[in-house]
Amino acid sequence: MIKVENIAKSFNTTTGSQLHVLKGVSLEIKKGEIVSLIGPSGSGKSTLLRCIHGLEKIDSGAIYMEDELMDPNDKKKYREQRNKMGFVFQHFNLFPNMTVVENCKLAQMNVLGRSTEEAEKVAMEYLEKVGLPDKRDAYPSTLSGGQKQRVAIARALCMNPEVMLFDEPTSALDPEMIKEVLEVMKDLGNQGMTMIVVTHEMGFARKVGNRVVFLEGGHILENCASEEFFSNPKTERAKDFLSKVFYD
Amino acid sequence: MFVAFEKVFTAQNIGYLAKGALLSLAIAAISLLIGLVLGILGATGRRSKHIIPRTIANIYVTVIRGTPLLLQILIIFSVIPSIYTAFTGNILRINPILIGIIAMSINSGAYQTELIRSGINGVDKGQWEACETLGLNSWQMMKFVVLPQAFKRIVPPLISELITLIKDSSLISTIGAIELLKGAQVIGAQYYDVMSPYCIAAVYYLIMTFTVSLIGNYVEKRLAESD
Repeated sequence: MIKVENIAKSFNTTTGSQLHVLKGVSLEIKKGEIVSLIGPSGSGKSTLLRCIHGLEKIDSGAIYMEDELMDPNDKKKYREQRNKMGFVFQHFNLFPNMTVVENCKLAQMNVLGRSTEEAEKVAMEYLEKVGLPDKRDAYPSTLSGGQKQRVAIARALCMNPEVMLFDEPTSALDPEMIKEVLEVMKDLGNQGMTMIVVTHEMGFARKVGNRVVFLEGGHILENCASEEFFSNPKTERAKDFLSKVFYD
Repeated sequence: MFVAFEKVFTAQNIGYLAKGALLSLAIAAISLLIGLVLGILGATGRRSKHIIPRTIANIYVTVIRGTPLLLQILIIFSVIPSIYTAFTGNILRINPILIGIIAMSINSGAYQTELIRSGINGVDKGQWEACETLGLNSWQMMKFVVLPQAFKRIVPPLISELITLIKDSSLISTIGAIELLKGAQVIGAQYYDVMSPYCIAAVYYLIMTFTVSLIGNYVEKRLAESD
């Protein structure tokens, strides 16, 4: 469904030097797969996810969606390709000036051209799915972190994406709120949604995810089935990482 | 000092000064509104990807904020009639109030450019990215998400801008517009007592600025409620 071919990305630092975050990364994601991107901080996993969506422009390499090149210069097609992806941020990024249901309706009406009634129906359907139909008229500032993230997921789903990208969706949450968000994501996966998830939740990566991609220093070090990665990591770096994240 | 206070303090003079005060307020309010339009254009220019609108907006802000308002009023007061004369050969006598509004609008527009720009820049980067991932185009982002949030940040400084304009409108007394300060001077000359009308004018200015700042506090509180 999505093919990433040898992409590189670097950022200019404040001191004027270049910071190479991705140094030639290739990856293929099949329809219905749940891929977890894991690795230490600064390994490039969030940047990889943002490059796939086009929030960051890649320096070299190519990204294909359903075997078609994603080319930012082909504006109309590029827009259509991007609209097939939903994105969930670490910090939710709900629109604070709108209620929950308005957050869910805005893009449906303005991008997909749905009528108010139709958008309302779809919004309520997904709010129901994330368990928050009663919060339809609440403003985001009155919600807990977990609720905000569930609304953000509903908002992305309203656009009927074919693949969902999650950028550390539980990292900004109170410990007690993490599970409710992961449950929503698990349900989504069970319904066959293709998902790419940057996460530090090893339990989620192991139980819900099909595949783990382990990054370090801008390279993919491991790319294998979740169970295999957790029970039998091949590289020393991955073994070291796993020994540090699990506290026995 | 207040040699003729009883003579000055008559219903007629108070009414005369009240008219001046209303004129000052009207000049300030109109300049604020025209300045808002110029400010939106200026901010758009300063945020533009293209160098020409960006340069024009930068020069506008730098020149206007770097020179005194009084000087700008005097320049516009002499420039507009001379341009008219140069082109038509006729002599133009324009209303000094109109000149005042033009000068103050241009001046306020430069300050509002910066207010609006910083208001837009203050909207969290994540908001733009959320719009982008939902497929909204840049105009829709501005209209539905960025401007409503920026507006909230802009309103309080915009109200202080109005207070500044009310006070600065006294500068156009120098080109002969009979607003509040000039009105006070006229009365002062009539009774050989400037202190009394000046003090009455000061009270009028205070009433206007204080009322506007009260309204400002109220609006600010209301806006904060939905945060």
